[in-house]
Amino acid sequence: MAQAVVRDIDKNDPGRGLDLRKLGMWTFLGSEVFFFGALVVTHLSMRGVVAPSSSKANLDVTGVRNLFGDNVLTSILAFILLTSSLTMVLALDGVKTNNQKRFRFWLGATIACGVIFLGGQVYEFYHIVHEGVTIKNMMFGSTFFFVTGFHGTHVAVGVVWLVSLLVSAIRHPERYNAGNYMAVELGGLYWHFVDLVWVLIFTVIYLI
Amino acid sequence: MATDVSTLHHAPAKQRRGWLEWITTVDHKKIGIMYAVTAFLFFVIGGLEALLIRLQLGTPQNALLTPEAYNQVFTMHGTTMVFMAIMPINAGFMNYFVPLMIGAGDMAYPRMNAMSYWLLLFGGIVMYSSFVFGGGAPDAGWFAYAPLTSTTYSVTRGMDYWVLGLQLLGVSSLAGSVNIIVTIIRLRAPGMRFNRMPLFVWMSFVTSFLLIFALPSITVGITLLFFDRNFGTNFFLPAAGGDPLLWQHLFWFFGHPEVYIMILPAFGVVSEMLPVFSRKPIFGYEFVAYSGVAIGVLGFTVWAHHMFATNLGVIADTFFAAASMLISVPTGVKIFNWLATLWRGELRFKTPMLFSLGFIAMFVIGGISGVSLAAAPFDLQVTDSYFVVAHFHYVLFGGAVFALFGAAYYWFPKITGKMMSERIGKWHFWILLLGFNLTFFPQHMLGLQGMPRRVWTYQQNQGWDFYNLLSTIGSFCIAFATLVFIVNFIISLRKGAPAGNDPWDAATLEWATTSPPPAHNFDVEYIVHSRRPLWDNKYSGEGRGMTINYDFHPHLPPPSYAPIIFSFGLFVLAYGMLNLASAPLIGIPIILVALAIAFVGMNRWVGEIAQDPVL
Repeated sequence: MAQAVVRDIDKNDPGRGLDLRKLGMWTFLGSEVFFFGALVVTHLSMRGVVAPSSSKANLDVTGVRNLFGDNVLTSILAFILLTSSLTMVLALDGVKTNNQKRFRFWLGATIACGVIFLGGQVYEFYHIVHEGVTIKNMMFGSTFFFVTGFHGTHVAVGVVWLVSLLVSAIRHPERYNAGNYMAVELGGLYWHFVDLVWVLIFTVIYLI
Repeated sequence: MATDVSTLHHAPAKQRRGWLEWITTVDHKKIGIMYAVTAFLFFVIGGLEALLIRLQLGTPQNALLTPEAYNQVFTMHGTTMVFMAIMPINAGFMNYFVPLMIGAGDMAYPRMNAMSYWLLLFGGIVMYSSFVFGGGAPDAGWFAYAPLTSTTYSVTRGMDYWVLGLQLLGVSSLAGSVNIIVTIIRLRAPGMRFNRMPLFVWMSFVTSFLLIFALPSITVGITLLFFDRNFGTNFFLPAAGGDPLLWQHLFWFFGHPEVYIMILPAFGVVSEMLPVFSRKPIFGYEFVAYSGVAIGVLGFTVWAHHMFATNLGVIADTFFAAASMLISVPTGVKIFNWLATLWRGELRFKTPMLFSLGFIAMFVIGGISGVSLAAAPFDLQVTDSYFVVAHFHYVLFGGAVFALFGAAYYWFPKITGKMMSERIGKWHFWILLLGFNLTFFPQHMLGLQGMPRRVWTYQQNQGWDFYNLLSTIGSFCIAFATLVFIVNFIISLRKGAPAGNDPWDAATLEWATTSPPPAHNFDVEYIVHSRRPLWDNKYSGEGRGMTINYDFHPHLPPPSYAPIIFSFGLFVLAYGMLNLASAPLIGIPIILVALAIAFVGMNRWVGEIAQDPVL
């Protein structure tokens, strides 16, 4: 009888039915929103500063921005990163429908997108440093490397996470399945968040 | 009740013995005890630093401490009390009692809970190791205003240790808060609706949200600072175009919610103790709960009242002054609810009750000086003076510390199964109350007479000598009171009278189980029907407060080495980061070793989750 009472109560108390791990992930991502918020605010408030002692004192924001060209490279990278959110959804759909092959294929595709994005970012950093803008010598460089660097670190953590999922899925073929996909969904949540943040950073740093 | 059925179910968990039992534990109660004991040790260390400050300032032109040493001591006093004493004592009580009060078997993520504790300990060690390895402790104040923190003005490595210590403490708090939030949403006993939760649980819930939203701001701030000091950036250095005010905004966007992070759990414990010792339900439960939420929300809109002196402009000053005064409304609501709880109650002046009443009185004094400081013109007159020091000690010591001592007396019987001595406890309270007021009340006068804070000494015959001497004498009374508490603690632990399940005749679920509770907390599942399950069962009729589900199988995760290994990896990582810029040939290998240790811990952790899917 007590069991029936508990079941009744649970019906009226949605909190008790939520998945434990997913709830934790959402809470953590809530905190991350404020983390990137603080980063972006820092960038917005400091980007216009031309340091008196800077070796590139004659280079203002527009001057630095010209280094990005027409943002072709970054736009392609942004497109790739956003696409990876789609492939992640497909990977999760694969595991939910017990289609292991589809799951692994799209998970691999997501990882590939992430790696390409990181490679592009490294290339871009190299290019900008080569043009003489470093994290030290002007404020735009400082905030640029700081904000994009932290985002890149998040992408890198995501790639490691997804790789560990893929390795685990290959070593234990039936570990993730239609009845047990929470680990994949959690990795996906994080991955979507990192993609979404890039939309904000791309807009703030490269477009406006 | 609980003892009748204690033989029914016992979760067979293989336990390790001795010290291994403690370092591998994932039991929220053991972790809570470790939190509280560690935090109390830091409280004593921070208190000794306070005594040094007061000895130095006791007489004019004193030369006990050099100016450099004084800077280190007052910086470490503030940092220790905020991050390593009050916050973790709160975390300790939350850890121990939130699951018990909502009728849960453990926290949502037991292993992550252990990690939170180890990161607290390691973060504190990193911070204090600066005395030995850093050439000196942090010396730019707990607020770390730029450009004092620059390598020009803070020449030792102290501030780098401060940053890395805080990073570990930040991860600890973030993980701890996520844990509390998920535990409260997800692990409440059946029928323990949100509007039936004990108010301490409510305040823990609000505090945890404040932490997850406030911590990122200081995390960004101290990371920028670390780059400034180590990698040649100029974020906060005005000479190179940086902006010291950016630091203040990032710091106080965290720092002001932090004030509520320290005080809201104190509000929570007082809201538990007052009804029990007034023999009445709390007056206006909803108002006490929701005013806590209101304080939490408003707490994010007032940070710049710490920055009135930085010339933000009239509009900004007006907004932040008005928002700050607005907070006194929900705070006042709580105070009137507490007073109304006492009204016509059958008051029992046990030690926890004395501390609760002391808390209300002292907090109101601090609240009134706080409202006056919210008025920008007044603030400009007394900013950076001892008036401010007096104000925040009245809210944080008179408020939080009094409430937490009360909580220690209130919950000691549950944790140890023994009562604390009432006689020594009352001595403790009265000496503390006297010493506290003797120390901090004269500081109002000092501030109004213009004595600036953060100075290492002062000239005589400015009218400051007498009040400073009083304050110093008072600080030794506080130290003596703390000694009395320690003596009481040790004596009671050895010879205290047996407590039984429910020595105070209290209303909430933690008193339904044995003292100390078994590893799995409850032998049965309670189905909750009211806000005061124990009282309603006892005084309104069996089954009115709660009923029992005997078909209940508690599940506990086994002990684990993973949390301490992973945390140790992050601990080593901090030392690697410290050497990364100055000595990369040492720093990089240390970082690699640290990452390897963290990986071993993480790998173990993931393996254990695969066996037993609780984080």
